[in-house]
Amino acid sequence: MLIQYVILIIIVLIVLQTARKYKERKISLREFLFWIIFWLVVGAVVLLPQITSLLAEKLGIGRGADLVVYSSLIFVFYMIFRLFVRQEKIERDISKIIENLAKKE
Amino acid sequence: MQTFVIIPAYNEASVIADTIRDVQKFYKDIVVVDDGSKDKTSKIAEIAGVKVLRHILNRGQGAALRTGINYALKQGADVVVTYDADGQFEAEEISRLCHPVINGKCDVVLGSRFLSGNRIPLFKKIILKSAILFTRAITGLRLTDTHNGFRIMNRKAAEQIKIRQDRMAHASEIVHEIARLKLSYKELPITVKYTIYSKRKGQRLSGAFHILFDLIFK
Repeated sequence: MLIQYVILIIIVLIVLQTARKYKERKISLREFLFWIIFWLVVGAVVLLPQITSLLAEKLGIGRGADLVVYSSLIFVFYMIFRLFVRQEKIERDISKIIENLAKKE
Repeated sequence: MQTFVIIPAYNEASVIADTIRDVQKFYKDIVVVDDGSKDKTSKIAEIAGVKVLRHILNRGQGAALRTGINYALKQGADVVVTYDADGQFEAEEISRLCHPVINGKCDVVLGSRFLSGNRIPLFKKIILKSAILFTRAITGLRLTDTHNGFRIMNRKAAEQIKIRQDRMAHASEIVHEIARLKLSYKELPITVKYTIYSKRKGQRLSGAFHILFDLIFK
């Protein structure tokens, strides 16, 4: 199906970008591996949608597509949560730095 | 007893000199924390002859108070006063509010505009009253005014109260901390003048929602 090719091309582009970011040392090896494995899994699901149906059946979910939607949503929300926590930490760190600078002046 | 008056200020160049002069009539240890103002707030405060701590970036009133309180504690403050820069308060009331803390009657004194016959704009009143109910529901403290910048803390309270909220939610946070740490507190009436300047600069309704968001999610 055409959609499979379109998504695969997009995935390849994203993987290339991830590799470039790793080469430029903008992300760590751990992050790099995490995203590569993630996109490989996505690629596998796109190429062989049957796997999701198999898994969905085992889990008691009607269709494979539903399983994909559910797991993606959980993943996305979890990532947002992680970013949120991280952002908070950065904000606190900035305030700490600003406080210390204020004392030194 | 060494009393430090902390005045967080953000873009208050037009009023900060008057506010400092008022406080200087009664206290000499004054710390203005300029929270990244874009105007001449810190310069004016320096000329007025008080200690100025300058945040190079705006971090919010909570962060400014934290900077000021930590500084005062390091200087050996026995009593810490937080005071607004915008000229809404009366400096002569500071000593009256300090009394219970200095005499060891309580750890914290909170100023309340609702205990005295201040004329508060209706809209402001509605927002503040909702905040008070919210705080009562969460902390169980029966306060009459939770978002008031006029507070007195003894050293113990100032050391223990951890302000983690950088922005305006610190006011609720301080109250939550008082409840958590089981500090003894007292509310005393204060005068709050609603000048055109303070109305323009003060918190809007959207501010209340920001505070709620910060409290729930941070």
